Amino acid sequence: MTVTADFSRNVEEGRCVLKLSGNLTILRVRKLSEQLAEIDAEDLTVDLSEVERMDTVGAWLVHKLERDRGARIVGATKEQQQLIEHVTQADQPMKVKREYETPLIRVLGQVGASTRIVIGTLYGLLGFFGSLLISTGNIIRHPRRLRINAIAQQFEVVGVHALFIIGLMTFLVGIVIAQQGAVQLRQFGAEIYTINLIGRSAMKELGVLMTAIMVAGRSGSAFAAQLGSMKLSEEVDAMRTIGVSPMEALVFPRVAATVLLMPLLGFYAAVMVIIGGGIFCWLSLDIPPVTYVQRIREVVPMTDLYQTLVKAPVFGMIIATAGCYQGMQVKGNAEEVGLRTTTAVVQGIFLVIVLDAFFAVFFTSIGWT
Amino acid sequence: MAGGEQPIIRVCGLKNSFGDQLVHDGLDLDVRRGEIFGVVGGSGTGKSVLMRSIIGLQNPDEGQIEVFGEPMIGRDEEEAKHVRRRWGVLFQGGALFSTLTVAENIQVPIREYYPGIDQELQDEIAAYKISMSGLGSDAGAKYPSELSGGMRKRAGIARALALDPELLFLDEPTAGLDPIGAAAFDQLILELRDGLGLTVFLITHDLDTLYAICDRIAVLADHKVVALGTIPELLALDHEWIQAYFKGPRGRAAARIAEREEADA
Repeated sequence: MTVTADFSRNVEEGRCVLKLSGNLTILRVRKLSEQLAEIDAEDLTVDLSEVERMDTVGAWLVHKLERDRGARIVGATKEQQQLIEHVTQADQPMKVKREYETPLIRVLGQVGASTRIVIGTLYGLLGFFGSLLISTGNIIRHPRRLRINAIAQQFEVVGVHALFIIGLMTFLVGIVIAQQGAVQLRQFGAEIYTINLIGRSAMKELGVLMTAIMVAGRSGSAFAAQLGSMKLSEEVDAMRTIGVSPMEALVFPRVAATVLLMPLLGFYAAVMVIIGGGIFCWLSLDIPPVTYVQRIREVVPMTDLYQTLVKAPVFGMIIATAGCYQGMQVKGNAEEVGLRTTTAVVQGIFLVIVLDAFFAVFFTSIGWT
Repeated sequence: MAGGEQPIIRVCGLKNSFGDQLVHDGLDLDVRRGEIFGVVGGSGTGKSVLMRSIIGLQNPDEGQIEVFGEPMIGRDEEEAKHVRRRWGVLFQGGALFSTLTVAENIQVPIREYYPGIDQELQDEIAAYKISMSGLGSDAGAKYPSELSGGMRKRAGIARALALDPELLFLDEPTAGLDPIGAAAFDQLILELRDGLGLTVFLITHDLDTLYAICDRIAVLADHKVVALGTIPELLALDHEWIQAYFKGPRGRAAARIAEREEADA
């Protein structure tokens, strides 16, 4: 038994007869298809009487000979005949390729599309923030609609569960800042100023910024994923149909919990930075804890804490709003949930850092240096 | 169908369980070459688990499974691959690869098993497979997210047919389709069976599908196949679930339609 599809050709009565034999299947058609292309004779006759097995790809080749070169098919069994007919019926004009775009057009298109997305997102976020304010107004007017339980649950998820990781991270950051600062300041014999560096940067920037980044990664993404999958399973629509506002029931508790917890987490993070730095100072620079704490009290003005306490709720608002907004934008398929979650985190962190720069300029100009 | 011929799928003493929950216990089943074999059963009777066991996605606790006369359990991946290319599977939602177009989806198995087939021929193959599965001329270049549920199932069939399988597994092919789409899909399965000489293993809830195209039907209940045969044979049995299934209001309606169609023919 031959396993390859072979063929022999000879001329009978002025027609070129191709006698195919063996298995006419996908396994062998690559070679066969090339060999057949080389035959330039007209008036082809294809003899299938010695073909043992044929699949649709084989039938397709035979059909192509028939279609393009007017070949006559002889010697096909009933099943083979049927298969060729089936394939012939399926030979419809078919588009299998996307239309090709030149790189220039594609890049221009992408730039345009991205610009539209950015503008649309800013516009959408503003609108979302507006409807959030309206819902807040409604809740203030009808305090019974305030979902204390939902907010308390978010407190736990956003705040309590984050304590360990935020504490650990900022503690380590404190050690790193102290160590790097000490190395540089030692050159001027001013190691004692390491405490100023730790205390002021922790209270003003590090605590709240690190917390914002961690909350965006933990909670902003979770909000987007939760609301996104609720949107997909039509839970949000069901809620609306029943008459419950998703804004009040889903978005408000999350945003409220984040806004209220961010100052607490930010302060906690700042304290952890100071503790981390203090331990480094104690072990490495021989500054006893009592002296360290006393110096911290002298060099860190109260306005540094105020800065953190002003910035933190604003950052919390941005992170939670971006997360919930992206979650509510999910439609279509599960892939979208992943994309929106990523966007929520990126957007949250980006906006926080941009705003932090504005805050720095603002606080300097009102004299909170 | 010759009675003495070797079955294309043979399941013997299959046992499957998830934790404490027993799904199959001593399940036996034979599928003959060239038939459209339906599997029915209530929710949770393990229809999908049975299919997953046969195609090797679920490792059974006990039992033997043979496909094309070759044992499937405990085979290593390399050997199983050669058996696997002789069947095609349509999952419930179509399970198309979302980052590829329909045509590229169909070319995935071709590229995997027969590298070196030039792109032009691959495109031609994809084109006639798409056309065979009854999709329109612009479907090939579309992404799955641009297709409706019914079209996605047809594209899934086209991919399942990519390697010219002898055996086709279909998991609830008509679920979620409108009645017209479902009837057209039944017709497609019949055409493919007749045109390509396929054997079809079909899980379904759809009574119309059962009446319209299935040659034999296996009923799953109590962890095993409680009955196996043609619809008249099943109707003659005195089993509570079978009676409720086929003689319930929906079953009767489907039977009437089938009778009418037969009379017309």
